[in-house]
Amino acid sequence: MKKVLSIFLVAIMIVSCCACHGKIGLDPFVMPEEFDEGKTYEITFWAKNDTNKTQADIYAKAIADFEKLYPNIKVNLLPYTDYTMIYNDVITNIATGTTPNVCITYPDHIATYLTGSNTVVPLDELFESTKFGFGGSSLKYKGVLRQDLITEFLEEGKFDGHYYAIPFMRSTEACYINKTFVESLGFTLPEKLTWDFVWEVSEAATEKKLLDTVDSKTGEQDWVYKINNQKVLIPFIYKSTDNMMIQYLAQKGAGYSREDGSIEIFNDTTKDFLKVISSHAKTGAFSTFKISSYPANFLNAGQCIFAIDSTAGATWMGTHAPLVDIAKDKLVEFETAVMPIPQVDPENPKMISQGPSICIFNKKDNGEVLASWLFAQYLLSTDVQVAYAKTEGYVPVTSAAQNDANYLDYLNREGEDNNEYYDVKIKATKLLIENTANTFTTPVFNGSASLRNAAGQLIENTTKSTTRKETIDDAYFESLYKDITSLYRLGEASKESAGKKDLGALPKEAVTLLTSLVIVWILIAIYAILKYNRRRKKTK
Amino acid sequence: MKKVLALVLAFVMVFSFAACGKKENTTAKSEGVMTYAQYDAAKKDDKVVIEAYVQAHQSWWDNKLTVYAQDGDGGYFIYNMTCSEADAAKLVPGTKIKVTGYKTEWSGEYEVADGATFEIEEGSWIAPATDVTKYLGTDDLIKYQNQFVAFKGMKVEKAALYKWDGSGKPGDDLYFDVSKDGKTYSFTVESYLCDKDTDVYKAVEALKVGDVIDMEGFCYWYEGVNPHITSVKAAK
Repeated sequence: MKKVLSIFLVAIMIVSCCACHGKIGLDPFVMPEEFDEGKTYEITFWAKNDTNKTQADIYAKAIADFEKLYPNIKVNLLPYTDYTMIYNDVITNIATGTTPNVCITYPDHIATYLTGSNTVVPLDELFESTKFGFGGSSLKYKGVLRQDLITEFLEEGKFDGHYYAIPFMRSTEACYINKTFVESLGFTLPEKLTWDFVWEVSEAATEKKLLDTVDSKTGEQDWVYKINNQKVLIPFIYKSTDNMMIQYLAQKGAGYSREDGSIEIFNDTTKDFLKVISSHAKTGAFSTFKISSYPANFLNAGQCIFAIDSTAGATWMGTHAPLVDIAKDKLVEFETAVMPIPQVDPENPKMISQGPSICIFNKKDNGEVLASWLFAQYLLSTDVQVAYAKTEGYVPVTSAAQNDANYLDYLNREGEDNNEYYDVKIKATKLLIENTANTFTTPVFNGSASLRNAAGQLIENTTKSTTRKETIDDAYFESLYKDITSLYRLGEASKESAGKKDLGALPKEAVTLLTSLVIVWILIAIYAILKYNRRRKKTK
Repeated sequence: MKKVLALVLAFVMVFSFAACGKKENTTAKSEGVMTYAQYDAAKKDDKVVIEAYVQAHQSWWDNKLTVYAQDGDGGYFIYNMTCSEADAAKLVPGTKIKVTGYKTEWSGEYEVADGATFEIEEGSWIAPATDVTKYLGTDDLIKYQNQFVAFKGMKVEKAALYKWDGSGKPGDDLYFDVSKDGKTYSFTVESYLCDKDTDVYKAVEALKVGDVIDMEGFCYWYEGVNPHITSVKAAK
């Protein structure tokens, strides 16, 4: 009996050890004293470009230049053209322990990555390191100084009391306007755009004129829009409806979310805005990218008057845009105005700050993390910042780059050609430089990425339901709020991070271990009883 | 006994031939279902109910499936149809489905909008590839939108790029330019339809400027014809 029990206990120990294996997260990153230049590090960099080859080329050049300085660090670039794809791939790779080393991302996404154990490296210690931090003495390149980083941009990467991201580029949204059409309709662009003005012009543009011909498919009398003599016109198209809702609520001072993860988007201001959107979707004055297609394609074909898109999409906007997605014979000649997005209160403008940030994923080898940081910090160097900012309506995130002679010369040469100095692109850049103080970001928490998607989906669903002739009333909004809450599981993730955590069912291994322990105690008890009985028999 | 057996066998043969001879009526519609002509005439955002045969579909994701379907009269692109992973496995080429949704348009591509629902019906048909080479550059080509088509004797003008301008990576959509009679067209290998491990993806990656090729695929549209290619080989 003793032997059996011993074997059983050993087996339990082995099973217990196996249960632990592989389930422990990474240890927190510890800053190494030195960087081991004798060791070879291979790091992966998941980068995002705006389907823009020049940007991909700039990343490649930055890597080549960095590798010359640090021959023991090999950087493997994996280019993405979509933030969501990066996000999905990172989530998948967290589970398998194969995250990239350096990754372009949004702060909202990092909040989700942080639900893993020590997954993302807090950057505070790296920032402060006298040797390898900002402007560190052991850097092999001229590192950016902490005070050179634009404070508003740097603070966007700080949450839960730590910095988890550094900004790489910043952009906002701009309204790209067919000024020629606005004036043809008898309007004059105001100094500052308001929602009321945009809706008014958009409605005026929907006027049609009948033709003498008959549509061969429908048998109905043919018509075209009076303003463009075409059968297609969407006067106002918004690319990112997430931003449309978020910015409107901010401008109105209405609720969206709070730092503690509480969600306030389902309010009357939201409903009123959706009703306005619905009324203009009904007349065909408004649509979205998801429903109709790229605003730039409509704008450039003379089929749109107000196209709202990122300043990082400026190279696609306008008759002479360097990047075009429609046939050349469809391009229409018009004057393009670039203005900040429509405002509720033009005297107190509010617009979103967006653009790529960089985070670093934790690894077992602290030296590998340090190598990642050296590369990430290199991306803030003036040459990289200026080169990348020139590709779109981006703004560099350091004052050193913003004040660089080469960059200032670039800004001054607005409109010199329709390529590097394309006027629409440089106007979009200046728009953000002039309005940096008017930018804002939304609170970051686990679940904030879902809330952002939900904000846009409210507009998408309302627009779609309107054009499909559904009844848009209070009952509709009640049902919509319920559906969106459920679809995006709003409140669930934030509750977990804010209050008492529901850890769910125990893992299989833990159940095995606990069951085994109970069995062992039972066996010990049986053994003790049997032994006691034997002794009693002997004594009898 | 032998006589009975012979008789039974004869009957079986007769029924078998009859079954073989039964031809799928690819244009007939059930009650309440639109003909292709009615679908074609429907306006954007109109509710549509169609019947068609699955010819291919993109990879399933998040309870959604994008389907290339066709009937005897025309092609349909059913974007992000609501579909479980288990049901997606049933939608092999040839499967007849009835789809209820809304018509929409995205950059010239007419489609059944996201969120459509479907049911599987009796019947099966694989569409042959229609050679539409002669319609390239003409207004007639759009009549074949979303159908399974063939392009023959096309000359490669620009080798394949990952994403439209080469800013992507292996595994992303491939874009390449081909010409016929002096006009150039952009063709695509849609990675959700034919991923990097498929023969067509590898063949297109290997194409060189000047190659003359025959292709088959779906007559997709993006600001003009932009076929989603499923096979490529050297021109005969």
